[in-house]
Amino acid sequence: MKLDARIPEGPIADKWTEYKGHVPLVSPANKRRIDVIVVGTGLAGSSAAASLAELGYNVKAFCFQDSPRRAHSIAAQGGINAAKNYQNDGDSVFRLFYDTVKGGDYRSREANVHRLAEVSTSIIDQCVAQGVPFARDYGGQLDNRSFGGVQVSRTFYAKGQTGQQLLLGAYSALSRQIANGRVKMYHRHEMVDVVTVDGKARGIIAKNIVTGKLERHSAHAVLLCTGGYGNVFFLSTNAMGSNVTAAWRAHKKGAFFGNPCFTQIHPTCIPVSGEHQSKLTLMSESLRNDGRIWVPLHKEDAQAIREGRLKATDLPEEKRDYYLERRYPAFGNLVPRDVASRAAKERCDEGHGVNATGEAVYLDFASAIERYGKEQANLKGLHNPTQEQIIDLGTQAVEAKYGNLFQMYEKITDDNPYRTPMMIYPAVHYTMGGLWVDYNLMTTVPGLFALGEANFSDHGANRLGASALMQGLADGYFVAPYTVGDYLSNDIRTGTIPTDSPEFDAAEKAAEERQQAFLDAKGTTPVDVFHRKLGKIMWDECGMARSAEGLKKAIADIRALREEFYKDVRVPGQREGLNIELDKAARVADFMELGELMCLDALTREESCGGHFRTEYQSEDGEALRDDAKFTHVAVWEHQDGDPGKSVRHQEELNYENVKLITRSYK
Amino acid sequence: MNLTLQIWRQNGPQDAGRTVTYPVSNVSPDMSFLEMIDELNIDLIKKGEEPIAFDHDCREGICGMCSMFINGEAHGPDRGVTTCQLHMRTFKDGDTITVEPWRAKAFPVIKDLMVDRSAFDRVIQAGGYISVNTSGNTLDANAILVPKADADAAFDAATCIGCGACVATCKNASAMLFVSAKVSQLALLPQGKVEAAERVQNMVRQMDLEGFGNCTNTGACEVECPKGISLENIARMNREFLSASLTH
Repeated sequence: MKLDARIPEGPIADKWTEYKGHVPLVSPANKRRIDVIVVGTGLAGSSAAASLAELGYNVKAFCFQDSPRRAHSIAAQGGINAAKNYQNDGDSVFRLFYDTVKGGDYRSREANVHRLAEVSTSIIDQCVAQGVPFARDYGGQLDNRSFGGVQVSRTFYAKGQTGQQLLLGAYSALSRQIANGRVKMYHRHEMVDVVTVDGKARGIIAKNIVTGKLERHSAHAVLLCTGGYGNVFFLSTNAMGSNVTAAWRAHKKGAFFGNPCFTQIHPTCIPVSGEHQSKLTLMSESLRNDGRIWVPLHKEDAQAIREGRLKATDLPEEKRDYYLERRYPAFGNLVPRDVASRAAKERCDEGHGVNATGEAVYLDFASAIERYGKEQANLKGLHNPTQEQIIDLGTQAVEAKYGNLFQMYEKITDDNPYRTPMMIYPAVHYTMGGLWVDYNLMTTVPGLFALGEANFSDHGANRLGASALMQGLADGYFVAPYTVGDYLSNDIRTGTIPTDSPEFDAAEKAAEERQQAFLDAKGTTPVDVFHRKLGKIMWDECGMARSAEGLKKAIADIRALREEFYKDVRVPGQREGLNIELDKAARVADFMELGELMCLDALTREESCGGHFRTEYQSEDGEALRDDAKFTHVAVWEHQDGDPGKSVRHQEELNYENVKLITRSYK
Repeated sequence: MNLTLQIWRQNGPQDAGRTVTYPVSNVSPDMSFLEMIDELNIDLIKKGEEPIAFDHDCREGICGMCSMFINGEAHGPDRGVTTCQLHMRTFKDGDTITVEPWRAKAFPVIKDLMVDRSAFDRVIQAGGYISVNTSGNTLDANAILVPKADADAAFDAATCIGCGACVATCKNASAMLFVSAKVSQLALLPQGKVEAAERVQNMVRQMDLEGFGNCTNTGACEVECPKGISLENIARMNREFLSASLTH
């Protein structure tokens, strides 16, 4: 099968405008007769559901949480990028496009990324009009800050809660459409399968989580806005409920999966504290604007710190190694996430780690507190401030910027980050891979779309900070309303899709049998135990460093674990009524198949790029070594025979016409 | 640590419900409260018993889904945290801890510690938004200046996570803190002023329809709110409501 990305002709800066100018439209009268299903209510889902309903389509929206406002976009902290150039510091649409392609280590599709950069500015306008309270300066204008991998300030933010404010904005737009009846909202509903009729996506089977009943919902198009699959690692910064089931079920029904092994390990998370840990907490990348990352220069000092004989604050400057500033002087602490994570791992592997497990580095605000303190003293007309006054004023300034993050850190670790440096370590955060989509965000199943983190398209092998919020909202507010309409323009005569067809019968029956199988196993081991085991295999062999040998072992281990799972899992209760363990079992079963595909993808990509680091392919100084001749493509996997091990690898070649392929350097 | 948990178990909305006692041992002080319940649930499943149903998702204090009434306080004894951010170091070895669901007429129990908070969604649907359609052609974001003090106050109100601790804490099961936070956020911003009068009236009407109680200014909601939403918002909502009633 030949993959057609359907990229419009013409110069890159004109493609989207030309597309919009010529896209077939659906008249208002016809829109009223067309149904659209949106699964997931994060930034992509809420914004798509609201925007499509405003246009006049009948929308059904689904979320597994108790309210659409809970989706995990809410936890995004640092900000959202937009090429507004309000700072007059040299930003432009092209520069945002370029930074994103480069940040992604030249493994993303140029046309999609350029469109993302183009619509970024509209997102900020739209959100401000909705009442999103972005941070402002004293003149009343919007404030910006910097994120990793760029040299301009283009990130808009609302303290450390930008995702919350943007999601609540999209949720309010969605609520308005629910109120006027154009969106029917199904909360506590989980999609368990997609239904295809004559090769087209025509609906879903959803499980009502409270009653346990399987429901049939039909539509002319189905949009999956179901987020990423980082929870395959068990420990990640994702919410506990985040899962791959919707995407994986679609994959098994014919939607190809793009670059499944591209995972983002975020450098600044609170380190693991013990076996009981259920999730990891991110400390926003925005902290790297002001925090400096270091470890003790000498191993003896690191050991003394680990054993509690020495305090970080007692170590003099010359005995500290600010390794990011040392290795990457041009970008310093603001290198991209994959680079910062690998550098932290390298130091810790060498024995410089600073917590009991040896897997933590410092993120230190002492110099920022002093710098801000002096600045504030000047502003307040204090000409000879004492050191105490400086620290006091600086602490207040840092609190105003990052207060909620510092509070979060203190609650988890019982340690005061204003006085002692934070301890951080990389953790799984985001998945750049996802369902393969063409320029229209449509998967290889006609009528089935994937938006936001659920698709693969914009971030290549590494996503830049503050770009996930941008992509979710770009896809939902500004792209899908055109491209979904493009597809639906051929469906105006179809009429309502019946739900009593053999295809719906078969899909519901299969879902029912799948659920029953978990109950019938009647084994001895709870679902979580299997999930933890899967997570450990994935983290050890398919995490920050990967090798052919390790990946082969991981594939064998996952296959064995899967077999054990179906024999020995214990799911109490029955199918009827609320059964959280049953829902978890279904999600973990899908993660166990996805995990194998991720390892297979990592094994066959014989190069290092972005977050994908194969130990066999690195430069002398430990940087990722790409193989552009062989791997300037998207690996696109086709599912076969219900076995991820038999998946077929296709390729979408990536053509770089506007950005020159060079070795990424932040030195 | 070894602890005794007294947890509310209720099979469904019609079941009367009861407190069941569970001893737990080897609890690490670094565990979060929910991780402690996770461990208990794993033990229950191994013993063939039904695990305790409770709502949770992000486990970092921002989604607003977790909702436990612990030792008589919404989200437990610590301040400025949700249940998922409550750590076991807050308790002492040998403690007895009671765990109940949010209790309010407008929040019916679904099962055990899980309640239905869709009343909050309906209050927002009644007017907790600015009526603007998606368009690539809205005003430039900097075209309307917003004084920093107003933007900051709007942000503070907007940090409400909709968990319902205010309702669970209030002796009247009033939702005034939740509703006023959204009314305030939008009334403080120039973009939201256009519809402010209708908004406050519609949201208050829906709040009353859902069966939430009235506010008698005890201030308990502000104390228990994990996000520190200020009572000033209630004062602002009352002002907005009164002036809207006089002019509309």
